[in-house]
Amino acid sequence: MAELHIVVCVKIVPKPEEILVDPETHLLQRVDTRSEINPPDMNAMEMALSLKDRYGGRISLLSMGPTYFEPNLRVALAMGADHIYLLSDPQFAGADTLATTYTLAEGVRKIGGVDLILCGEESSDGATGQVPPGLAEWLGSSQLTLLTEVSIDQDKRLARGRREIKGGYEVLEVPLPCVISVKTACNEPRFMDFSLRSWAEERDRITIWDADSLATEPDHIGLPGSPTVVTGLAEAPYRDRRREFLTGTQDEIAQELAEILKRSL
Amino acid sequence: MVASLYGAAQESKSIWVYLEVDRGGLTGVSKELITKGRQICDQLGWQLSGLLLGHHLQPFAAEGFAHGIDTLWLADDPRLENFTIEAYTTVAYDALMEVKPSVLLMGATPNSRDLAGRLAVRLRTGLNADCTDLYLDPETERLVCEVSGFGGGVLAFIEMAEHRPQMATVRPGVFTPGEVDRDRVGVIIEIEVNLDPEILTTNLVERSVGEQVDLTSVPVLVTGGRGVDGDFKMLAQLAELLGGEIGATRPPVDEGHIERERQIGQTGVVCSPKVAICCGISGAFHFVVGIEKADVVVAINSDPEALIFDYADYCIVGDVHQIVPALIEALTVEREVILG
Repeated sequence: MAELHIVVCVKIVPKPEEILVDPETHLLQRVDTRSEINPPDMNAMEMALSLKDRYGGRISLLSMGPTYFEPNLRVALAMGADHIYLLSDPQFAGADTLATTYTLAEGVRKIGGVDLILCGEESSDGATGQVPPGLAEWLGSSQLTLLTEVSIDQDKRLARGRREIKGGYEVLEVPLPCVISVKTACNEPRFMDFSLRSWAEERDRITIWDADSLATEPDHIGLPGSPTVVTGLAEAPYRDRRREFLTGTQDEIAQELAEILKRSL
Repeated sequence: MVASLYGAAQESKSIWVYLEVDRGGLTGVSKELITKGRQICDQLGWQLSGLLLGHHLQPFAAEGFAHGIDTLWLADDPRLENFTIEAYTTVAYDALMEVKPSVLLMGATPNSRDLAGRLAVRLRTGLNADCTDLYLDPETERLVCEVSGFGGGVLAFIEMAEHRPQMATVRPGVFTPGEVDRDRVGVIIEIEVNLDPEILTTNLVERSVGEQVDLTSVPVLVTGGRGVDGDFKMLAQLAELLGGEIGATRPPVDEGHIERERQIGQTGVVCSPKVAICCGISGAFHFVVGIEKADVVVAINSDPEALIFDYADYCIVGDVHQIVPALIEALTVEREVILG
C-alpha cells in the first residue's frame, strides 16, 4: 500500500490590518504590507498534520504567487510538512477563480500521486470559497467541503468526513483522490517545530515551477484565462447614522434606551 | 482566452435562479434571488426561470411561480433526494446546456457554493461570488456584479464579456424578497435525468439536523463581541425580552461561546432587523456589513473611540456588564407596569 500523500493548498495574503486602499485611485497599496499565511489555511494545515500523525505519509505544500512568498511558506513547512511547490510566473498574475483553479490543478497533476488535497474554507482577502470545488472539477476528483473531521480508509481508498450543515452535521464518504475544504477554526493549528527550522530553510526543500515547466495552456492562465473583468470601482456608500451619545447615570441611560427601543419596535 | 462552452452569441435571453428547498419550502435566499431576477427580467422583457432539483418537488412549483418564476425546470428523481455534488452538477449542467441562459444566480449557501464552483469550471465560465448587488446593463446586456472588496470600503464592479452563463452567488439576506401572488401561474418543464451510476460516488453515511435559527429576518438582534467576555446568557435574556435573537462577531464564535450559525457579518449572516444592539463590539467592517440594514443601531462599548459608534444611532459609553443588566431591569419594570 502506497503511503498517503496529502497536498495542502496555501495562499499567502496581506495582513488585513495592513491593507491600505488609496482614497483617490481605490487601488490596493501592497507596497509595504506584510504577508501571512491565509489563516483558514492553517486549519487545513493542522488537519493534514494530524492525518500524517495518524496514518504516516507525506505532506506537500502548494502555493501560487511571487517568489517573495517563500519565507512564509517555509514557516508552514517547519510545522511538519515535507516539501514546498510554488507556482510562480508573471503570467499567472491576475487570475480569477477559473484560471487559479486550473493552474493549481496543473500543479497537483505535476506533483503526482496525490490522495488528498486540503484547502482552507476561504481566503481572508477574497473570501469566496470557490477554489476547492473548482479544483476538484479540473481534477475530476471527489470533494468534501466544510469538514471539521476526516478519516481515511487506506485499504478501500475512501475518505470519510464530518461536515457542518445548517443546524447540524452530516457524514459523507467519497473515494480518493479527494479535494477537501476545512472548516475555519475547527482545530487549533500547532506552532512550527523549532527543531525543523534550519531544515526548512534548506534550498532543496522548495520546487518552483513556472508556466513552461507546468506546460499550462497560455490562454488558461492569468488574465487571459480569467473570464471576469473588473470594469469599475467605487467608494462603498456610507449609511449615515445619528451617532447620538446617551448620557446621565446608568439608570437614566437604561431608562432612555428602554424608551428608544419601545419606540423603534 | 479560454472560451466557455457557449458564448454571448448563443445565449437565450433569460435569467436562471437555482432554487433550494429546506424544511418544506423554498429557502429565503431562493425567494430573494427570484425577486431580484424578476426586477431585471421585467426591465428587459426577459424570461425568469427556476432550476429545482430533488425528489417530491411538485409542492414547491407553485411557491416558485407565486414569487415570480415564469418557467420552472424541474428534475424530480429519487437519486436527487440528497444533495450530492456529482449528481447535482451533472443534472444542472445538462439543463443549462439545453437552454443556454444568459445568467445563472445562486445562493451563497454551502451546497450551492459547491455546485457553483464546479459548474463554473465545467462550463468554463466566470463566477462572481458573494455579490452585494446585481444589475443588467440594458445596452450591453451584461450582468454587472457588485462585490465589496478589501476591507469593504471599496465596491468593485465585475462583468464578463463573452462567457456564459454569467454566474453569480449572493448571500442570504442581501436582497429582500418581494410580494407574493398566489394566483400567478407558470410552466413546468421536466428535466430528463441521465445519471451514470459510476459517477455517483458520494455516500451519505449519517445526517443530523437539530433546531435552526434564521437570523436574517428577526426583529431584534442582540450581538456580542469580545467585550462581553463570553457572557451570552445575559444577552439572550435581553433578546428574549425584546422578542429577538442573539448573534456574535467572529472571536466569540471561534472561542466556542456561541454557535457559528449566529455569526453576523461578511462571513456570517447579513441581517435586517428593526433594532440591532451591539455589545462590546469594536466595529470592524467585516462585522458592520451584517447590521448595515438595521433600521436602528444601538452600540454599547467602554471605549469612547470605538469604531462601532460611527455606525450606530444611539451610542452608550460604558461597561456592557452593567448597562445590559440595567436595561433588562428597566425593560422588566416597564413590562410589569404595563401588565399591572
